[in-house]
Amino acid sequence: MLGRTANNVYWMARYVERAENMARLLASIYHMSLLPASNGSALRQWEAPLSLGGNRAVFDERYGVISPGNVLAHMALDGDNPGSIISSVREARENARETRTNLTTEVWEGINQTYLELEGISYSKMVDQGFQEFFEWVKERSHLFRGAIYGTMRRGEAFTFSRLGTFVERADNTARFLSIGWDTLGTGGKGSLAAEDYYRWGALLRAFSAFKAYREVYSGIIEPKRVAELLVLREDMPRSLQACTSEVLVMLRATRGDASCTRVAEDVHRSLQRSRIDGILRTGLPQFLNGYINRNNELNTLIGRDFMLVL
Amino acid sequence: MALNEAFDEMRGLGETIREAYRSYNEWLDETPISRLTERHQQADLIFRRLGITFSVYGSDEGVERLIPFDVVPRILDAGEWDTLAGGVIQRVRAINAFLNDIYHEQNILKSGRIPADLVLHNPAFRPEVLGLDLPRNVYVHVAGIDIVRVSAEEFYVLEDNARVPSGVSYMLENRETMMRLFPDLFGSQSVAPINHYPQTLLRSLRSVGPRGVYDPTVVVMTPGHFNSAYFEHAFLAQQMGVELVEGSDLFVENDGVYMRTTEGPRRVDVIYRRIDDDFIDPLAFDANSMLGVPGLLSVVRNGHVSLANAIGTGIADDKAIYCYVPDMIDFYLGEKPILKNVPTYQLGEEEDRNYVLDHLEELVVKEVAGSGGYGMLIGPASTADQRFEFRNKILAHPTSFIAQPTLSLSTCPTLVDGGIAPRHVDLRPFVLTGESTTVVPGGLTRVAMREGSLVVNSSQGGGTKDTWVLEA
Repeated sequence: MLGRTANNVYWMARYVERAENMARLLASIYHMSLLPASNGSALRQWEAPLSLGGNRAVFDERYGVISPGNVLAHMALDGDNPGSIISSVREARENARETRTNLTTEVWEGINQTYLELEGISYSKMVDQGFQEFFEWVKERSHLFRGAIYGTMRRGEAFTFSRLGTFVERADNTARFLSIGWDTLGTGGKGSLAAEDYYRWGALLRAFSAFKAYREVYSGIIEPKRVAELLVLREDMPRSLQACTSEVLVMLRATRGDASCTRVAEDVHRSLQRSRIDGILRTGLPQFLNGYINRNNELNTLIGRDFMLVL
Repeated sequence: MALNEAFDEMRGLGETIREAYRSYNEWLDETPISRLTERHQQADLIFRRLGITFSVYGSDEGVERLIPFDVVPRILDAGEWDTLAGGVIQRVRAINAFLNDIYHEQNILKSGRIPADLVLHNPAFRPEVLGLDLPRNVYVHVAGIDIVRVSAEEFYVLEDNARVPSGVSYMLENRETMMRLFPDLFGSQSVAPINHYPQTLLRSLRSVGPRGVYDPTVVVMTPGHFNSAYFEHAFLAQQMGVELVEGSDLFVENDGVYMRTTEGPRRVDVIYRRIDDDFIDPLAFDANSMLGVPGLLSVVRNGHVSLANAIGTGIADDKAIYCYVPDMIDFYLGEKPILKNVPTYQLGEEEDRNYVLDHLEELVVKEVAGSGGYGMLIGPASTADQRFEFRNKILAHPTSFIAQPTLSLSTCPTLVDGGIAPRHVDLRPFVLTGESTTVVPGGLTRVAMREGSLVVNSSQGGGTKDTWVLEA
């Protein structure tokens, strides 16, 4: 397969995953914002998506103040914001378009349709439809994309690079969201969690579709430490760092076991396996997550170099 | 020109339904217009979802547009098609012989049948490939011959597109869509299939691999996804099961062309390039081109990679050379031309020029190097200002223009807002050359969607139709 094609497929999948995760984050914050807040943290939460994928200059000029509506408009539908959902979907579609010969009809048509429908959605339409409905729709389209990849693509390189893109991106997003959550939500410190924080951690778990799983695994009330463990170290949680790293490793070993990116992935995987949540919290979760994000970026660069994705 | 003077594909000049349309007309009589309108909307959805769009240069309406698709087919009977097929194959054989000649012995120039100046001083003539022997002596592997009809018996060739003709993907997708929308129509009569085109193309391309290469690797080369015909490039690559490459995917090393793959460099033997000569090799031609492959020409010259179409075919689709295709047919094949040329005035000749300047209102003036309906004056539909502008252009650069009488293009029933009405059409059959020269039955019918308009180019708002050749 052409290096450029692999690059297109890889970024197509990354952008779809990015769009889905932005929808998850926005849905979760929106959910939190519906809860009563005592300490004025309600508006502060809306800064999180901006700091993750917003364009602050465009935002300040166009919207001025931080409000739920402004942030949602900027992060969902603002084509001038490269981090918005519509920008991610457009990038995904452009990458797909450049390599459509290597995709099945189902994959291409699904992604093309998503973009065309998204183009037809205005802010007022999103309000009419309901924000949650909109986020659900974005998630569904992403599920459809992955399903079409999984259910129709030959297990060749296009499949491999698409899966790689999905999990490299997801690992990055999970680490960033968790880091933001850890910063903005109360972690209880030595005492116990305030009631409203309990609900907020619940909303965060929902952003990772992990609310029920938490119950199954820990069968207790929500503790930030357990949430972190679930999302960092549990191999059986499909959005955890450990699970993403494992998927990446499987794909890289199938493609070229001796490549330098494969060795880095093995390294990251091994160190996650050896880690325990108490140890991670002792050095500080944000620091740990930061280190992970850097390693993941390094992995991305090496994948580009090893497979000639970068010309 | 009034529409009712034009020959209609369905009714001829009178009201009698012509043989080819008899069965279709019966179906049409029983079918409410609302069903056609509904199917038309469905077709739009299908095209949009498949992403069959094209980009319009210099348009503000957004980058991607659908080419209007009309659900009423253009139908030819077996006899009509035999004539057309024979005619276009004859032309392409002659053109290939001409190209091989002017890049070698130049017998036709020596004989004086074609003025040597017209060829040798033409910017589309490529001295870089003089003396180069091509596999099977084929230059034009893919040609699109533009044909118009003016009466039951009279067909004229407007242009021989011998560089990188496009539109074949629309021919194929139009058929696919028609079969999806109107399966009953295909059951009641025998429409010649066309979907073997990509396989025939691949076979042609594989048959012109470099000497000594037993199993040639073929690729389609595109200028990139911003090109107006990108959909077609991707479509053909997919249908043939070959890689779609851009210039940056290829590089030259050790006198070979390679593509950059995830497993390292891989040798390329035949490049079906959808990019003009000028941009193909920045070292040999346009140095500013970002689209080409540095050093490609030297590999071509050494016979280690084949290009389709070959470098230098532009000379054969030059509008000034066009006049001499009948001479080529006589000179190389010793045959009489099956299809007619449109009488053409050379504006470099004083007599012709004076006549044309006196009759601008009746004539079509075309820029020799223009394509896609840009840089064209249609006399009967022009304003005094436009004629004044063209008069000045002609006087400034007479040899850059030719003029032709305005032909009364045939019309074909077409679904428009008010129901079904006649609209002018042309036809572009696609002719393939490898081991032999062949053409799939039909081609791309382009239709001018505006009432009375004679401009069928998609860049000027023209639409397309499925083209049926009925089997005998």
